[in-house]
Amino acid sequence: MDLFLQLTLAGLAIGSIYACVALAVVMIYQATDHFNFAQGEMAMFSTFVAWALFQATGSIWLAFVLAVAASFIAGIIIERVIVKPVESAPVFNQIIVFIGLLMIFNNLAGWFWEHTTKTLPSLFPEDMGFESTLISSHNLGVIVFTLALLLVVFLFFKFTKVGLAMKAAAANPDSARLVGVSVGWMLALGWGLASAIGAVGGVLVAPIVFLEPNMMSGVLLYGFAGALFGGVNSPGGAVAGGLIVGVLENWARQYVPGGSELGLTFALVLIVGVLMFKPAGLFGRVVVKRV
Amino acid sequence: MKLKRILLAAAAASVLSGGAAVADSTGITDTSIKIGNTNPYSGPASAYSVIGKAISAYFKELNTQGGINGRTIEFISLDDGYSPPRTVQQVRKLVEKEKIAFLFQSLGTPTNSAIHKYMNQKKVPQLFVATGASKWGQPEKYPWTMGFQPTYDVEGEIYAKYVLENVENPKIAVLFQNDDYGKDYRDGFLRGLGDKKDLIVSMLPYETTDPTVDSQILALKDSGANVFVNISIPKFAAQAIRKACEIDWKPLHLLNNVSSSVSATLKPAGLECSKDLITAQWMKDPTDPQWKGTAGYQEWSAWMDKNLPDADRGDVNYGLGYNVSKLLHHVLDNCEDMTRAGIMACAANVKDLELPMVLPGILVNTSPTDFYPIQAAQLSKFDGEKWALFGSVIDATK
Amino acid sequence: MIRPNALTPKLVLSFGALVVLGCIVPLIVEDYDSYQITVAFSYGIAILGLNILTGYNGQFSIGHSAFFAIGAYTAAIMITHFGWHPYATLPFVAIAAFMVGFLFGFPALRLEGLYLALATFALAVATPQILKVDALEEWTGGVQGLFFDKPDPIMGGMSIDQSLYYVTWIVFVVLMALTWALLHSRSGRAIMAIRDNPIAASTMGINTALYKTTTFGISAMFAGLGGAFFAFANAFVSPDTFNFFIAVYLLVGSVVGGIVSIPGALLGGLFYVFGQEYAEEVSNLSELIPPPWVTFGIFLILMMYFAPFGIWGLIERGMARLKRPSSS
Repeated sequence: MDLFLQLTLAGLAIGSIYACVALAVVMIYQATDHFNFAQGEMAMFSTFVAWALFQATGSIWLAFVLAVAASFIAGIIIERVIVKPVESAPVFNQIIVFIGLLMIFNNLAGWFWEHTTKTLPSLFPEDMGFESTLISSHNLGVIVFTLALLLVVFLFFKFTKVGLAMKAAAANPDSARLVGVSVGWMLALGWGLASAIGAVGGVLVAPIVFLEPNMMSGVLLYGFAGALFGGVNSPGGAVAGGLIVGVLENWARQYVPGGSELGLTFALVLIVGVLMFKPAGLFGRVVVKRV
Repeated sequence: MKLKRILLAAAAASVLSGGAAVADSTGITDTSIKIGNTNPYSGPASAYSVIGKAISAYFKELNTQGGINGRTIEFISLDDGYSPPRTVQQVRKLVEKEKIAFLFQSLGTPTNSAIHKYMNQKKVPQLFVATGASKWGQPEKYPWTMGFQPTYDVEGEIYAKYVLENVENPKIAVLFQNDDYGKDYRDGFLRGLGDKKDLIVSMLPYETTDPTVDSQILALKDSGANVFVNISIPKFAAQAIRKACEIDWKPLHLLNNVSSSVSATLKPAGLECSKDLITAQWMKDPTDPQWKGTAGYQEWSAWMDKNLPDADRGDVNYGLGYNVSKLLHHVLDNCEDMTRAGIMACAANVKDLELPMVLPGILVNTSPTDFYPIQAAQLSKFDGEKWALFGSVIDATK
Repeated sequence: MIRPNALTPKLVLSFGALVVLGCIVPLIVEDYDSYQITVAFSYGIAILGLNILTGYNGQFSIGHSAFFAIGAYTAAIMITHFGWHPYATLPFVAIAAFMVGFLFGFPALRLEGLYLALATFALAVATPQILKVDALEEWTGGVQGLFFDKPDPIMGGMSIDQSLYYVTWIVFVVLMALTWALLHSRSGRAIMAIRDNPIAASTMGINTALYKTTTFGISAMFAGLGGAFFAFANAFVSPDTFNFFIAVYLLVGSVVGGIVSIPGALLGGLFYVFGQEYAEEVSNLSELIPPPWVTFGIFLILMMYFAPFGIWGLIERGMARLKRPSSS
């Protein structure tokens, strides 16, 4: 029973990282209707920036805030400069641009900071006022932080003018333009927010998986799976999806015969299986298509 | 065009009829030697590419001092991204287009496996490969391929013997990377256990694409094991050490040498958590203060200052690159017959060579029947700050 | 709506010229180059399959590395365990890959766009894990994979690399012709109608499910054949070779070559092999130039700006421009 609980909690902890990535993925999807394959690498790059800032300033929180702010701005610039020219191009072309970005960020990071594993300290104090071997303070911090982030995103989209405008721009660009929303800038803002969220995810994940240029490749995969599982048009769904994927994989490894070798495979099969019956994801809306 | 082909065919025929008398000295002139190498400068194993960088730096400096016996070294190191088909492509390019004399320290088990047959068919030396798999020392079957470091399976055996001799009622848990490297270690360990394989209570693999090994560690602890054999690369080793510490699991923890670096593994995992780890070492850890006074360390350190001033000194692989370059330097320096076959013979004739960053008492020895240059290691325990050697040097050949 | 070119004397002529050109190449280049182009062809064959599926039928896949692996392993297992001649395995490779692709097409029916992408992606990610499974080790060689000899030359006087080049080229050419014929048949029009408007297509009485699964099968079959040739050229198969990056590269090759075209597959395969090579050379020029994959990434993005329909799109546009002044 202890093992079950531990596996579940460890699954939730790593799942909250997937959730963070999934949330960033969904943000971009809501703003642009596309998946950004470079999301993970951008987050990794942001984390390296945070690491460099930490080396320079000695304060992890300061480095964190600065890195998130820098990522926000970088996200906007990337949208304006690199993504905008293919805005109206076919889907495949955009995917290739994303793959290009992925290659660039991954290899630039190795070029700048080398490939040896680096340590980024946790944002959270080691002593959280309780002793437990069930879950570490960092893992608990990650879960709480991710849920708080979700709340902020939810409030942002629900109650702020900018948030509403962003949603409108993505859902119906033409009407949004008519009522005076700058659709182009809303897209850029979406990218900025997504890369900022990615940076948060990166800084949270680095103390768990350690910082190196390929840090996010495994995580991204699960993040995508989580986003689709929960529903690509639902931020809450993405978070739930990420958490479920994390827990599911841990269970599959332990309790399914052959699972230790094929944990990931089982988790993926299950997800695809579920999607066949709920094609819009667990919490997603079915978008009705007009013929 | 036709003419060229006929001429080529004629040339080929003459080489064949000329037989063994024509020694193959491709890539070697009186003033230069062309040496090829592949390294993962991109992709999942990029952390090891510092070995390629160190070797490049070594020969660059050597050339400024006049090279080896008046020959400058042209060292061509290509990226294979740790992808075997890419290795095949790059190595064929090196052999067929660049016309290298031989291949040196190409990195990785799956990558070297992919070109093993090719190199031997082409009769091009594949010298001192950067992998600890056991298959590199088969002179009768693969006379053109030679290993370098102690093999993984021998190291695995050393751990098994240690456990059997020192632990009462051992219950063993094993974590291993699910590839050539991990299975080589695991099989060596199993062989070392002999008929006591049932002491293993749990054995779990991980993939390099897994984000963490947390769930494996939880399950291994749950098996009730009191010995933990950790066969993983630095990133995952660090995760495993930290997770075990977090959940308060304190078995006898045997860490494979591949991840024994203080800066790459133990520091990230936390030095306190790393206390009492045991590993088998054959190289001096550059961060370990006990080597600071030795001549070998100072030689390496001065060389680093001069040639790679910005590099991360804690990375043990800079020492490895330096060691293996020294070995090749020694081999070529003392070689009369500068042909492919001659160099291979010289490489198989190294006697009691000391290398600067190898532990005292461990010497390089090769012979026409022994293609494992270094085959000894010494157990070492982490005291929270540095590795402390204990026991004596264990020579696997004896 | 993009359709392949109609059968004109000019098309036949240029195709013939291409075939001949392809046959001349190994005579003037070294064995190494022949080998490299053979690898490019093997990717090209798989990309052709991807073009049929994605470009002409509108179904996404970032999982074709799985079918590539099935082809490679089917061939390797038959060669190493049963002593078959490499080329004799090809029909079985085709059947095996078709079957798996066809079966995978059924769940794919229920998934669209991104979800299909995820399902195929999952397949690609799971492939190396499955190939490593202990229970199958006896057949697959486990983590080490299987090693075998390259097929002997088909004719005296040819080198091993030249011979493999010719066989691969002939198969590639035949597959390109077959693809053209398929797309010009009734079935081909149905395949494209499903891409352009699935609902309209089914109201017109097209059995969309059957067409989609069959197309998936055909596409997988091509990928499998490509994988087999890839295995022949490298003389081994190993699980980590067939990671999902291969799937990504196939997609990249497909789009860069021209995803809704047949010659694009050839161009995409060549681009993948030689683009990488070229990027490496650019990066080696100076220490200040970032590593090859950065250069490659920048190059990919620029391609998408300036050649949105791939290299074949550029060529077609160039030809159209050449034609205009002469006809006026």
